[in-house]
Formats: sequence, C-alpha cells, structure tokens
Amino acid sequence: MIRALRILASNPLSLFGLLLVVLIVLVAILAPWIAPFPTHNGAVVDFAFANKAPGARNWMGTDLVGRDIFSRILYAYQISLTLGIVVLAIATPIGTVVGLIAGYSGGWLGTVLMRIVDVFLSIPPLVLAIAMMGVLEPTLTNAMLAVTVMWWPWYARLVYSVARSEREEGYVLAAEVIGANTAHITFREILPNCLPAIITKMTLDMGFVIIIASSLSFLGLGVQPPTPDLGSMVAEGARYLPDSWWLTVFPGLAILVAVFGFNLLGDGLRDVFGVDE
Amino acid sequence: MASVIGLLFRRLLISFIVLIGVSMLIFAIARVIPGDPARIALGPNAKAEQIEQLRAEMHLDESLPVQYAQFLSDLSRGDLGTSLYTNRPVTTDIVQFLPATLELVFLAGLIMVLVGLPLGILAARYQGRWPDHLVRILALLTVSAPGFVWAVILMLLFAFYLPLFPIAGRIADIHEVQRITGFLIIDTLLAGNVAAFGSAIHHIILPAVALSLSGIGQAARLTRANMVETYKKPYIEMAHAYGFFPNRIARSYAFKPSLIPSLTIIGLDFAAMLGNAFLVEAVFAWPGLSRYGVAVILRKDLNAIMGTVLIIALTFLIVNIIVDLLIAFLNPRIRYSTREAS
Repeated sequence: MIRALRILASNPLSLFGLLLVVLIVLVAILAPWIAPFPTHNGAVVDFAFANKAPGARNWMGTDLVGRDIFSRILYAYQISLTLGIVVLAIATPIGTVVGLIAGYSGGWLGTVLMRIVDVFLSIPPLVLAIAMMGVLEPTLTNAMLAVTVMWWPWYARLVYSVARSEREEGYVLAAEVIGANTAHITFREILPNCLPAIITKMTLDMGFVIIIASSLSFLGLGVQPPTPDLGSMVAEGARYLPDSWWLTVFPGLAILVAVFGFNLLGDGLRDVFGVDE
Repeated sequence: MASVIGLLFRRLLISFIVLIGVSMLIFAIARVIPGDPARIALGPNAKAEQIEQLRAEMHLDESLPVQYAQFLSDLSRGDLGTSLYTNRPVTTDIVQFLPATLELVFLAGLIMVLVGLPLGILAARYQGRWPDHLVRILALLTVSAPGFVWAVILMLLFAFYLPLFPIAGRIADIHEVQRITGFLIIDTLLAGNVAAFGSAIHHIILPAVALSLSGIGQAARLTRANMVETYKKPYIEMAHAYGFFPNRIARSYAFKPSLIPSLTIIGLDFAAMLGNAFLVEAVFAWPGLSRYGVAVILRKDLNAIMGTVLIIALTFLIVNIIVDLLIAFLNPRIRYSTREAS
C-alpha cells in the first residue's frame, strides 16, 4: 500500500489526478455546507439575479431563473459520483463472475456466456443506454439501471481475458493437482490476480460513467430538472450561446475536470500495478 | 488469400449469430420492460379502442415468442414497422437519415486516423521527452469530456467568437442538391456543383472534429503504448546499430507492428462515435439518424427506436468485419498462412 502510494506520488500527473479526485469527492460530500447558495439545488427562483454573468456574488454566474451555477455544480457532482459508484458496484461483480466462469471453465458454457457478452458489446455503449432510457421513465434510478446493463459486459470481457491467461499459470495447475475444487480455484486463486486490472478499470470507468450519465441527461433522458445535473445544465444553456456562455461552459468544464482527474489517477494506477492497456 | 476468405466467412457467420442476439436484446428491451407499449406510444389521453387497435397492429396480444417470430419475419423482409412519429415506414426514415450520420462518422474516423496515429508515433519516437508528455496530456484531456462538451466549446470558439465555420446544418440553404446517395459530399460532387460541395465540407468540419476528438486521444494513446513495447525488441536495436535514422525506424520498423492493435481500437472507437453522434448532432442541429433517434425516443415510438438501434448495431458489425479483414490482409502471418496453420 505504502509502496503503491510512493510509485503513484513519483509521477506528478498521477498525484495531480489523485488530488483532483479527492477534491471533487470532498466538495461533493460537503456541498450542503460549502455551497454559497445551498438551497439552489432545487426548484428555487430568484428572478432579480437571473442570467447574471460571473461576478463577486456568483463566481460562475446564475442560470435563467437566478440559481447560482457554482452551487448547482457542487450538487451535480453528488449525483454524478453516486451514480458512478452504484453502477460500478453492481456492474463490476456481475461482469467479474461471468468473466471468471467463462474464462476458467471454458467449454460450451464459456462460449455461450461470451457470445451473450458479444451481443451487448456490439451495440455502441451510449446507444444501448439511450435505447433503454427510451423505454423507461427518465429517473435517476432508471439511468443507473440503463448504464449498469451496458456496463457489465466490459468487465466480463476484461476478466475473461485475464482469467484465460492465468489459467495456464503454474499456481493454478498446482491447486488443481492438490484437488482444490473449481470454486476455490476460481475465486481464491484466479480472482485475486485479476484484481489489479479490475481496480484500474474501475478508476478509469468512474470517469466514463460520468460521461455516459451526463450524455443521457444532456439528451433529456437522464436525471430530470430541477435536480442539478451537469449534462442537463449544458443542454439548457446551449440554446443561449454565445451570450450567456457561463450557462454551458462551467458545467462542461466541471465534467472535464472530474473525468480528467479519474483518468490521470487510473493511468497512474496502471503504472503501479503494471496493467497493460 | 484463401485463409482471408475463410476468415471472412467465419466472421460473417459469427456476426450473423451476434445480430440474432442483438435482435433478441432489442426485442427484450422493447417488450419485456413493464408497461403496455401501445399505451406508452399513444400517451395517457388515448381511448381504449385506439389502444386495442394499435395492440392488434403491433401483434401485442400474441405470446412473446410469436411476437418475436413476427418481428423477425418482418425484419427479414426489411419491414421495421411504421413510425408513430413520422407516420412513415421506419425503413424509409432510416434510409433518409442514416447517410448524414454515416458521412459525419466516416469523416470523424478519417480525422481520428490521420491525426491520432501520427501523434502516437510522435510520442513514442520522443519517448519520455516533451512531445511525449504533451501528447499524453492532450490525449487524456480529449477522452475526458463527452462529445457534446467538445461540440459546444468548438462552436463557441470557431463559430461564434471566430466566425470561421457555420453554426448549424449540413449545407447552405441556397444550394439545391439532388439526392442520389444521401451523402452530401458525394452528391454535390456527382452533380458537379463545386460551390455546394464547398458548402457541405464547410458545414461538416466542426461537427466532425468535435466527434473525432476523443477517438484521436484513444488512437494516439494506444499507438504510443504499442510502439513503446515494440521499441524494446532486439530488431529495433539492430536497426539503431545499422545507423538508420530514428524517424525511419519509427515509421518503418516500430510503427508497422503496432498498426494492427491500433486498427482494432479504431473499430471500437467507430462504435463509440456512432453513439457520440447523438450528442454532436444535437449541438450542431445535424439532420442525421441520431436526431431522429432522440425525437422518436421522446415520442416513445417503439418501432422506430428498435429500428434505429438495430441499424446502428448492424453498421457497427459491418465496420468490424471490414476492420478484421483489413487486419488479416495487413498481417502476413494470416495472409500467407496455410489451412493447417490457421
């Protein structure tokens, strides 16, 4: 752990990524206390201050009904991070188990499982989520569901390929020779060796989940107003370009900063664990 | 050559199986999800008779396997049902809107290859020096924002502040172009209308660049990573020992073996672009399939939703087959392999 942190800290970019991620998680958790206008996360109107450019009172300006954009971005981070954590917490174990079973057992079961995975992977990720949201009601829970359904196959494929190569290793053979059962070999021997790849992918994927989720809400298929969401904030503001540029530019940059942080950190972890791209 | 044809048949067979799977998945999304599709489609104010009639038209009263069989047999005749949004056959709608999207995605793919690969080569050639760091940071930045953010930023910079490019649309309204292929760049050329061709190019650049940005980053990163591995091989050291110029080594010796994994990623990025086109088209009011897709989704138009997703999956499968064949063609181990070896 200490060694891993030292390798991570030796690369200034990775360290910067770690700092960004910590900062974003902190401001998201502390949003109710540090947001200048904590009530502006809901359906509040303050027409006296509507559509104001960035200034001393509102650092990032105000939206069309006078809500503070900076405060709303802090709350939007809460939604984005929650969504990312829930999606990965469900998609990763499902994909991992499918990948492990297919990768270690192989045979017809492995072939069938991986063909099912192929079916999911042959629909472009965003399109599958969009199609599901097209049938479901646009709520936060359904957005999580749609993104999870499109996400697990990626883990299945990753774990499958790692498990396939680990299966040939000496320690697996040794475990087989001393008569360990399949469950033991799969979950106690092979799984720990897949973890570095899984953890690296999860870090990088936090960024991608934020991108996909904000894309859904940008199209009006995700979290609904008045709940603050980075994607719907950009969509709302895009109609008022270029005059009210702050409506789109700040939420857009907020996505960029968060995802960039997770990507830098994930890249650093890749070096720490020596995981291939 | 024989092995390449064998590969083609194997890939076609697998793609066909996957396509059947995709049709099941799409059918499942459209039918198994709770709620009556007819009621959803007609909205809350529909009368009971209307709903009954639509249920009959959509075969909703049959059992699920019968419905799926019906869906498949319609599909095999190219019949995707009628869109409730446009009141036309979904196939007609797709034929109308797909070329605009493909035109955009193909150009974005071209930009991705023409910019991404050289950037990756540059980074690997100057490994650990400033061009490498610069490319790494740029590549990471481009993959860190969704297409709509880049679209908005590019639009703000190069259409509003520096009015170099148009804000929206595919072509200036003054041009009348007869539709032949649906690809405006090709149609204007076929018509010999240079001004219209220029206008079409002028309109497509900004959306295509916005769409290609994250792909550029991916392609550059992967090319660099593969080339860095190749640089460790003894034959590169040998080339250095012969005194070949570093640029020649980068181009002819280190890049070639890295091209194949890069192509695989380009195939995947193409899929991502088909999805991201939804975002970029929305920003630039690009009249493509994605805009149609969003419109039918907001209208809960099930036939059109299923048709759109199916055609996108089909496009992606075709592109992947092409990429696989290209790889087979470029890889001498596959190209020259005999039957036993494969």
